[in-house]
Amino acid sequence: MRVRFVLAQIGNGLRRNLAMAVSVVLVTFISLAFVGAAALLQMQVDKAKDDWYDRVEVNVYLCPAGEASQSCPDGEVTEEQIEELRGLLESDALADYVQTVYLETKEQAWEAFQERFGDQEWAQRITQDQMQFSFRVKLVDPEQYQLIYDELSGRPGVQQVIDQRSILEPLFLVLNRATLISVGLAVLMTVTAVLLITTTIRLSAMSRRRETEIMRLVGASNFFIQLPFMLEGAIAALLGAALAVGGLWVGVHYIVEEWLAESVRFMPFVDTSDVWTVAPILVAIGIGLAVVSSLVTLSRYTKV
Amino acid sequence: MIRFDNVSKVYARGHRPALDQVSLEIERGEFVFLVGSSGSGKSTFLRLVLREERPTSGGVFVAGRNLARISSWKVPYLRRQIGTVFQDFRLLNNKTVFDNVAIAMQVIGKPRHQVMSTVPETIEMVGLAGKERRLPHELSGGEQQRVAIARAFVNRPPIILADEPTGNLDPTTSVGIMRLLERINRTGTTVVMATHDDEIVDQMRKRVVELVDGQMVRDQARGVYGARKESA
Repeated sequence: MRVRFVLAQIGNGLRRNLAMAVSVVLVTFISLAFVGAAALLQMQVDKAKDDWYDRVEVNVYLCPAGEASQSCPDGEVTEEQIEELRGLLESDALADYVQTVYLETKEQAWEAFQERFGDQEWAQRITQDQMQFSFRVKLVDPEQYQLIYDELSGRPGVQQVIDQRSILEPLFLVLNRATLISVGLAVLMTVTAVLLITTTIRLSAMSRRRETEIMRLVGASNFFIQLPFMLEGAIAALLGAALAVGGLWVGVHYIVEEWLAESVRFMPFVDTSDVWTVAPILVAIGIGLAVVSSLVTLSRYTKV
Repeated sequence: MIRFDNVSKVYARGHRPALDQVSLEIERGEFVFLVGSSGSGKSTFLRLVLREERPTSGGVFVAGRNLARISSWKVPYLRRQIGTVFQDFRLLNNKTVFDNVAIAMQVIGKPRHQVMSTVPETIEMVGLAGKERRLPHELSGGEQQRVAIARAFVNRPPIILADEPTGNLDPTTSVGIMRLLERINRTGTTVVMATHDDEIVDQMRKRVVELVDGQMVRDQARGVYGARKESA
């Protein structure tokens, strides 16, 4: 009887305040979508970093043939220069920082190049001689890049020292900025959601003041009087959270999985399974918001 | 059943107390009229019994419990011992007679089968058999008050408090309501009724407690409204 009674109360309340209930659903939806987006962006950053930092090496490009540039005034690097540089990288002085040193020959560079771009017509016209020697230096700690850079750049035969990490830095920067914006909007929308839920519950409580008064009079417990209001808020918030999860799923599925992941292959992306990881958190936040705001409101409007 | 020990209630500091040193004992199964003009403290008395107010000093005991000692979350359990009837009926206008009575059982979690059997029984007892599906605005004032009494009595509380239950009704209808309250009283229910209605009090010949300016000036068994009659 009690369950049925509470359900009937909730049904009445939601129907009587339909417009407000819908607005609570929508505002919760938007705010949780931003919370979720922020979480997914950070997951993306972590994922990319994990994968990337595991693989990153410092590339020491050696002077290629047929070119006399500022860093390579003497043309292509010589065998002696290569050996000298290898000796330096493998010296005791750098042993603490350098994990492995690997010399990529022109042939290997060409093969790797063809493997990656071989299906493009322009790539097939590249010859082995157009490639260049390079050292792949894997560091014990990728953060120590500056040391290798200082040690190697400017030495004869070295064209350029590139930290592979720096290639993705702009991407991480963009992702982090996007996260910040998401968090900012999420906070703003969450405040709006709390205010709106509070107002909705207050209206609902006021429109049922007589009923509440009578329930009080015949000995209904506080909890029992407040439960329908709380559940009304929680149901609206739950719907909002469900919409947010659905929205994120659609976004991740169609934009990331079907488009980004297909066209940008060098990096792992978040996928819909990550959305399911975020989902319970969003639902919990949604319900938490609703319950806390109702408790605060109801303690004022349905006093014993 | 209800005991007041030197109870005073002051709403605003510096003002005359609404109740001033009232001591009173009402036994189980008694029928007591609480008389006095407006502002004499009748409503305050009832609110103290319901623990809607706390006394400024003195002790209020209801059904063997000291109301000063019960914690606020237990107040609903106190109120389940007390049925309340008001001058303005306080029915839910969008609910049928049946639902208006049933709500008193539903909110305290009585099982459905019990509600289904007890509510019609009680509606019949107050003389509204066959009107279960009516809405309050389809009923006369007297009938509405019967619904309110059914709601107050449906859980068979040991105490019924009635705050001017005949205040909005004509004399003939009032007599019917009084007969009903008397019947309830005969089941062993303690009835405390605040009223202005001298005719009713004189007719019933029950215990009369008179309040004047918050002070108890008379406590008379089988009493009448009294010489200090004031028009309602």
